[in-house]
Amino acid sequence: MRRTALTVNGIRHQLELEPRELLVYVLRERLGLTGTNVGCDTSSCGACTVLVDGESVKSCTVLGVQADGAEITTIEGLAANGELHPVQQAFHDHHALQCGYCTPGMVMAAVSLIASGEAKDEESIRRGLEGNLCRCTGYHNIVEAVAAAAGKA
Amino acid sequence: MSATETRFVGAPVKRKEDGPLLAGRGTYVDNIDLPGTVVMAVVRSPYAHARITSVDVAAARGCEGVVAVFTGADLRDDWKAAMPCAWPVTEDMKNPPHYPLAVDEVKYQGDGVAVVLADSRAHAIDAAELVEVEYEPLPVVVDVAAAAEDGAPLVHEELGTNVSYVWKLETDAFDAAIAAGDVVVKRRYYQPPLIPNAMEPRGVVARPEPGGDVTLWSATQIPHILRVLVAATLGMPETKLRVIAPDVGGAFGSKLDVYAEELLAVALGRRLGRPVKWVEERSENAVATIHGRDFVTELELAATKDGKITAIRANVHASMGAYLQLVTPGIPLLGAWIYAGPYAIPHYSVTFTGVFTNTTPTDAYRGAGRPEATYVLERTMDALALELGMDRLELRRRNFITEFPAQIASGLTIDNGDYHASLDRLLEVLDLDGIQADQKARRERGDAKQIGVGFSTYNEMCGLAPSRILGAIRYAAGGWETATIRCLPTGTFQVVTGTSPHGQGHETAWSQIVADQLGCDPSEVEVLHGDTSISHAGLDTYGSRSLPVGGAALFSAGKKIIEKARDIVAHQLEVSADDLDYEAGTFSVKGSPDKSMTVKGAAWAAFAAHNLPDGMEPGLEATATYDPPNFSWPGGAHAAVVEVDTDTGDARLVRYVAVDDVGTVVNPLIVDGQVHGGITQGIATALYEEGLYDEDGNLTNGTLATYLVPSAAELPSYELERTESKATDHPFGAKGVGETGTIAAAPAVVNAVVDALSHLGVTDIQMPATPERVWRAIEEAKQ
Repeated sequence: MRRTALTVNGIRHQLELEPRELLVYVLRERLGLTGTNVGCDTSSCGACTVLVDGESVKSCTVLGVQADGAEITTIEGLAANGELHPVQQAFHDHHALQCGYCTPGMVMAAVSLIASGEAKDEESIRRGLEGNLCRCTGYHNIVEAVAAAAGKA
Repeated sequence: MSATETRFVGAPVKRKEDGPLLAGRGTYVDNIDLPGTVVMAVVRSPYAHARITSVDVAAARGCEGVVAVFTGADLRDDWKAAMPCAWPVTEDMKNPPHYPLAVDEVKYQGDGVAVVLADSRAHAIDAAELVEVEYEPLPVVVDVAAAAEDGAPLVHEELGTNVSYVWKLETDAFDAAIAAGDVVVKRRYYQPPLIPNAMEPRGVVARPEPGGDVTLWSATQIPHILRVLVAATLGMPETKLRVIAPDVGGAFGSKLDVYAEELLAVALGRRLGRPVKWVEERSENAVATIHGRDFVTELELAATKDGKITAIRANVHASMGAYLQLVTPGIPLLGAWIYAGPYAIPHYSVTFTGVFTNTTPTDAYRGAGRPEATYVLERTMDALALELGMDRLELRRRNFITEFPAQIASGLTIDNGDYHASLDRLLEVLDLDGIQADQKARRERGDAKQIGVGFSTYNEMCGLAPSRILGAIRYAAGGWETATIRCLPTGTFQVVTGTSPHGQGHETAWSQIVADQLGCDPSEVEVLHGDTSISHAGLDTYGSRSLPVGGAALFSAGKKIIEKARDIVAHQLEVSADDLDYEAGTFSVKGSPDKSMTVKGAAWAAFAAHNLPDGMEPGLEATATYDPPNFSWPGGAHAAVVEVDTDTGDARLVRYVAVDDVGTVVNPLIVDGQVHGGITQGIATALYEEGLYDEDGNLTNGTLATYLVPSAAELPSYELERTESKATDHPFGAKGVGETGTIAAAPAVVNAVVDALSHLGVTDIQMPATPERVWRAIEEAKQ
């Protein structure tokens, strides 16, 4: 067991973690933040994407202990004061989700992509979301939503 | 609904479902964490075919946190019936019984052998690795065509054959008719195994309740059917089982089944007296959840010299996989009546041979039987056009069905459609001349990157279907759907539906229908579904049936509400019921429109019950069950434009234009979303996806790192248009839309790849048109 300090959605946690615990399971099972989904076992699908110190990270590729001292934002921490984050709002407005399973990861990846300034046009948005799979939407409306949230629509 | 009544139907109402999903508050099965839960892990066979000689669980039992370990033999008596198959397509279909865990023999890689139950996911997985199973490998057969031949290794030795059934539909004097064609083209196609890959893998939680009841949460499309069949398989009264489908993260047919883990969780939850939870891993999903397709088809078209198609013959070998799952043998039949597509072809012959192989069982995957038919037809239409020296669109136009209702040679009746209109609209949008000019210029320059355009004009039958027809083709259940509307005293409406959405937006669409019919805002309608304690009856969601059948049931319930409300209002206003006009939720007295009362008002009056007509029961609620009189018949015209790098074989989609006729559209946002997703799965089939087995039956690409589910980077945005011919066999003209894109897209894309390379002599490419296949086709054409 390793003592690990995480700040998740602004709340500080001191956890005793097994070294093998993946960050995604720390979030889901230790902290009850089940908004972050698990969709694969090869770090391919991006359903588990969260922000670690502001950058999008697939939380199945990081051990919980590696995140010691990090500031983490999950989908649950995105909306503020009861208002959807602009990316969440754009997903709603553009029907960019169907079953919703990829949505938390997709939204977090989009937030990071827009913050990096790389969401410049359709092509860069498509490339930027390459690591996040969706099986329902064909990405058409996701790309539109991200472009709108980035002010590029 | 007349035009004047429509305020919300047809409008792009944003989805009610989105809020919790966007906030990370989805209720997917893996998010259920009940006190005292034990986690189940399944020990699976690494062999595709082997005799089990011993199973040693001692080491696993001794592991930290392990609560119990069971082998197939330990649980043999828990099963009162074999795993259910609801569609014995012929009287003599061979359906060898199989059970949630194998006992003597494993027949595909991933077949369950034992289960470990532990206090955590990690402990269960750790211990499962210590279950020692000794296997004696047996001969393996993977290829569906080879498996059907004499002398092939047998999946089920006791049957003496791998053929489960042969099913045939043929018009009279067919052989003479096809032989009389001026031109006959014959093509052979392979449609590979597809892994559905819903983003949420499957998952199950079974909680034993006091008194012997069990609550089963499952990531399923079919809570109602599941309840019936889990109860029957375990020999428990149906009343003792409650099934809940919480938020389900996509399915596409892969969660339309009764799976081993659902039966195991209920059986072991009862044995242990504790909740049992199992959540599938992705690479486990690749072997333990059904696959789609795996068809080999020979298709023949006979035509006159001037392009009138006279006969079509399809000879199909369809892989069942190792066992028959819920509707495995029926999947080919779901396409059996549409091998002639939107074309008037008088002579018709379809033969399906269902074949066992040592692979994951196949079953429904988006389109189920219809993409298999449309693909071979639309590919062969291009081949026939080439043979005839005729323009491929002119050939299609010469054969379109134009008179409706149309009785087709396969025996069914298409209520309505307009295939020319869809193709006309497609060509208005496409700029075919521009694309062909670009193609010509690239060819003249000898560019490495060539361009091609491919078409698919299609129809399909969905809704699945009139119960009588389902009975006639030996399906075990009916095709009806049911809905209840409760008008609550405060002027809001509660809907209970038997459909089971998992991304399709029924809560929103059903609210729009009720809002228009009964006069309220969609936000005033609550839609309940997916819990057999709340929605006690229904036949769930698959086959694009929810709006064509479930939506019609809802509309019928609304009509019953209006009938009763009319009597209440007439009584309250002291007029005859015949003197009332009704529009959009309001009754008004003919000639004195200021005298009026709403359905909401009638709901209060029915609740208070102070002044109802003599003998009328208080309350305003109605249930209607709707059995459709016909299948639903969407259609349309799609075009794909691809750019192919002739040096590398890489084919990229440049444009995709789809014109679909799905009748009345309730919510264009949702309909477009269904088409986007459907097209994408068809494109993926055409260019990227293929479950690859080696000759020993190992699935060699069973992860998302090796099986290419396309990302946003592989795809363009889509150009969607609609034409509208209303379904005359539906109360408000709607047709199904969930599968159209998948059905139409694959042949359009492969036809486009072939078109891009036609000047090099390439006439065929098997799908998926991967860079290697495309490159080889180019090289072979050079020979």
